[in-house]
Amino acid sequence: MSARTTDKTQKLTLVQAVTDALQCAMREDPSIIVLGEDVGLNGGVFRATDGLFKEFGADRVIDTPLAENGIVGSAIGLAIGGFRPVAEIQFTGFVYPAVNQIFAHAARYRNRTRGRYHVPLVVRMPYGGGIHAPEHHSESYEALMVNTPGLQVVIPSTPYDAKGLLISAIQNNDPVIFMEPKKIYRSFREDVPEGVYHVPLGKANVVKEGRDVTVVSYGAMMRPSLEAQEFLARENISVEVIDLRSLVPLDIDTLIASVTKTGRLVVVHEAPRSCGFGAELTALVNDKALVHLLAPVERVTGYDTIFPYAILEHHYLPDRERVVAGIRKTLDF
Amino acid sequence: MPRQVIFEGRIENLSILDKDGQVDKKLEPKLTRDQLTGMYRLMVMMRKFDEKALNLQRQGRIGTYGSLRGQEAAQAGIAFNLTKTDWVVPSFREHGVMMALGLPMHLIYAYWKGDERGNIVPPDLRILPASVPVGSQLVHAAGLGMAMRLKDEPSVVVGFAGDGATSEGDFHEALNFAGVFNARTVFFIQNNQWAISVPRKRQTAAESIAQKALAYGIPGIQVDGNDVLAVYAASKAAVEHARSGKGASLIEAVTYRMGDHTTADDQKRYRDPDDIAYWLARDPIDRFRKYLVSKKMWTDDNDAALAAEMTAMVEDEVKKLESMPAPTPVEFFDHMYETLPWNLREQREAFAQGDRS
Ligand SMILES: Cc1ncc(C[n+]2csc(CCOP(=O)(O)OP(=O)(O)O)c2C)c(N)n1
Ligand SMILES: [Mg+2]
Repeated sequence: MSARTTDKTQKLTLVQAVTDALQCAMREDPSIIVLGEDVGLNGGVFRATDGLFKEFGADRVIDTPLAENGIVGSAIGLAIGGFRPVAEIQFTGFVYPAVNQIFAHAARYRNRTRGRYHVPLVVRMPYGGGIHAPEHHSESYEALMVNTPGLQVVIPSTPYDAKGLLISAIQNNDPVIFMEPKKIYRSFREDVPEGVYHVPLGKANVVKEGRDVTVVSYGAMMRPSLEAQEFLARENISVEVIDLRSLVPLDIDTLIASVTKTGRLVVVHEAPRSCGFGAELTALVNDKALVHLLAPVERVTGYDTIFPYAILEHHYLPDRERVVAGIRKTLDF
Repeated sequence: MPRQVIFEGRIENLSILDKDGQVDKKLEPKLTRDQLTGMYRLMVMMRKFDEKALNLQRQGRIGTYGSLRGQEAAQAGIAFNLTKTDWVVPSFREHGVMMALGLPMHLIYAYWKGDERGNIVPPDLRILPASVPVGSQLVHAAGLGMAMRLKDEPSVVVGFAGDGATSEGDFHEALNFAGVFNARTVFFIQNNQWAISVPRKRQTAAESIAQKALAYGIPGIQVDGNDVLAVYAASKAAVEHARSGKGASLIEAVTYRMGDHTTADDQKRYRDPDDIAYWLARDPIDRFRKYLVSKKMWTDDNDAALAAEMTAMVEDEVKKLESMPAPTPVEFFDHMYETLPWNLREQREAFAQGDRS
């Protein structure tokens, strides 16, 4: 799975692994530049670009004017002009101005020019709720991105994956929306190899093998999913837990193999339910594994509401209890 | 003549009180003692509110908070020109303007606590809720200004934003619409020099923000935003311009964000302490107090009494905040639409019955 790792590792949080990925990739390839709001001297509001300004200077770590459409639009120009820009959108809730450039251009240049031009761009953005932030700081817009042909959508859930996936994304020749689960930016550390290594896009991770039911999730929702697996193991319910890691390209083989084995699927995400990624997975299982299903696919998701302000947000976000209840529904069907 | 000048622009900076509170007699606005001390009251009220908010945040009694410290003159100077029938379209740092127009402080605290009920503006006020997506609200201010013109209401709309916001497309579209449609809108930009860690010179290569007005065919002026008299005078002219149907204009109030961007920020990472010291010597409240004292309108005793009054008022508002009953969780479903569609009804029902899947 990983290439060219050194033997040495460091214990890093997820956000530190992001920084490490940028630093390692930038050292190897001078065409990689980072741009966004507060990414320079301040090192990003979450410190994801900490230290990069000092090491690589103001031409490669660029504090831009406050304009998301400008950031992504100019990054497209930089990409066509020979660079590999990694643009930061400070929070997913602020991507809307840039959606014009992402949807109308980044996603379409290759196709529009029949391959004459392409856009090797990564747009990083912290996403998701649970940090008691003000309005517009808790959104999960992966489904919007997935529904835009031409984009790849990657969401890590561990420090190791964050680094390996981000390096793969940067080296990929097409645009990648890289959504970072900010709730777990600092919740745990793990061993992360030094230097450049890859976790390939489009390869899911079967985090726990199980027999009775498959739980599929990604990003910050891996936590309640794994907690539910552990909780139910005590009742001898064997839950297989899959971390998709990338939504586009999707590892359909791993998904279908698992559902074929267990006959039950629960999808967990914090984005709203209607037209969320769970709806797509349900349809895919319907297309490819219907005869193996022992119960309807269950979705444990955010509600079809605006993400509530801080004091009510825990009522909105799926937690272990809701995942357990979803699993039981498929078992009791 | 193949080449001729078709446009020449000029932007003025207005300053009435110098940093030590010395007034420029020729420019001094004619205001009564009550008006002048009223302005001072507003500024002190804002500061007391702000200090308490920072306190509440540190104690975990409210959430992330954006301080307005240093921007009291800018906010009092514009607010003093507005009435309850004028529209306020704020960004997220205009607590001062909001309370000056009569929005109860406990609602503002509730907002920063993460309680949507803080956005339930009393029916006698025309204040829109705080807008977090930077610059986005300015286009609403343009549209509201169009509405006031179409209905020929003598109400003025003030759209607020910071220096950083002037880089967003929304700022430019707002000024352009307001210009083309002769909107009754005043765009009030508090240039506090910073957009989180990014300095003003990084937002635009232009000499001023005020001059951007000229490209959209509306007047613009830069004022010393820590001089409440200058802000008052410029705002008065802009508000009268809009109210009388002459259209939109832009004010750039040059001020300084004395604190962190919000309580989630650490300005020490990117700001020079000398810079802060420079601006501390230009504190808008100290400066105006010196002016009032020199006019024999204010004494130390007045100051102590006012501080005590405002502290008591703030404490009272905190009590109101903390005696608000907890919201019922299910209410986050209830205001999505006038009529909830089936999916929300179904989800609401399940949620209310404690179905946790
Ligand atoms: C569209 C958008 N992008 C980014 C942010 C994050 N953010 C919040 S405030 C801010 C800086 C705003 O600076 P300025 O407009 O000068 O206002 P100030 O904070 O100084 O009052 C940023 C980048 C946001 N809220 N909205
Ligand atoms: Mg600012």
